[in-house]
Amino acid sequence: MSRQGGRGTESKKMNSELFTLTYGALVTQLCKDYENDEDVNKQLDKMGYNIGVRLIEDFLARSNVGRCHDFRETADVIAKIAFKMYLGITPSITNWSPGGDEFSLILENNPLVDFVELPDNHSTLIYSNLLCGVLRGALEMVQMAVDVKFVQDTLKGDSITEIRMKFIRRIEDNLPAGEE
Amino acid sequence: MDARFTRGKSPVLERALGRPRSELSLAAFALLFSELVQYCQRRVASVAELQARLARLGHHVGLRALDALVARERPGRRETKVLGVLLFVKGPLWRALFGREADKLEQANDDDRTFYVIEREPVVNTFVSVPRENSSLNCAAFAAGLLEAVLGAAGFPARVSAHWHKGTTLMIKFDEAVIARDKSL
Repeated sequence: MSRQGGRGTESKKMNSELFTLTYGALVTQLCKDYENDEDVNKQLDKMGYNIGVRLIEDFLARSNVGRCHDFRETADVIAKIAFKMYLGITPSITNWSPGGDEFSLILENNPLVDFVELPDNHSTLIYSNLLCGVLRGALEMVQMAVDVKFVQDTLKGDSITEIRMKFIRRIEDNLPAGEE
Repeated sequence: MDARFTRGKSPVLERALGRPRSELSLAAFALLFSELVQYCQRRVASVAELQARLARLGHHVGLRALDALVARERPGRRETKVLGVLLFVKGPLWRALFGREADKLEQANDDDRTFYVIEREPVVNTFVSVPRENSSLNCAAFAAGLLEAVLGAAGFPARVSAHWHKGTTLMIKFDEAVIARDKSL
């Protein structure tokens, strides 16, 4: 069965509520299935990684951006194009480290956490950890190993949500053994 | 409820229930939904169980979608008739959640408890292709669970299931009491 997604440069949009509620259902189910928050965080990260690995292809197909020459360009593309395309928000980039290999994404409003509150017994849960996995997975597919983590989270009482991204190294393509 | 919220009144409670502020791409939802289905698939042993899990997740979504939606679309009025609530589901509810109305709403010829909501291509199934061995799987079980929760919370308890028929059909079977009540209205 062929599917024409109507793909062009216009992407099909949808209401963020279904997405937010579905994500909430997913996190709730994970909390029920796993006993502790650490496991849920890990599982969210893994699922995010799987999503990121596929998302990058969709992104590159639709956005026509070329190869990024350095980490700063990558940061710009992530914040201004990717986030806008998928979540409809534009985070700001701040706090560059002196070496240029670490920066922070500041999200004023995170569609994943609309109308969400964390109860006391899940205070170590990183609710939006899926995002970290997505960023890590997507960048790994374009040969960048990064470390992504939440530094501030509105669900835990901070005023903004801050994600810290650190460039670790460029991933070299490994040829299969015997091929060189 | 065993969860406690002791952090005081959260700003979330003060927010107005206005239209959702952001629109996001269908691809984001599709990717999330696919991960969700894969996660459920890893933990179940049969198609029926998988559909049950999806329905449970849909249930979770439906319960929470109803309140906000009713407050926005039908302020000050409650649907008391079966036909009313079904038209609400086909129109405003589907439009708010999926961006378009359901294609058709039909009643079963022989049974006044059963109705069908028909969609040729449900939004949740947009990028889903089902392999041959699982051919009875319909991920619209998620939508079925959602609808069941919405109808239940609106005061019209029913069983909803998803079928491959004219595209995807959600079969709604209301409880006897609901129809009896409706006849007397």
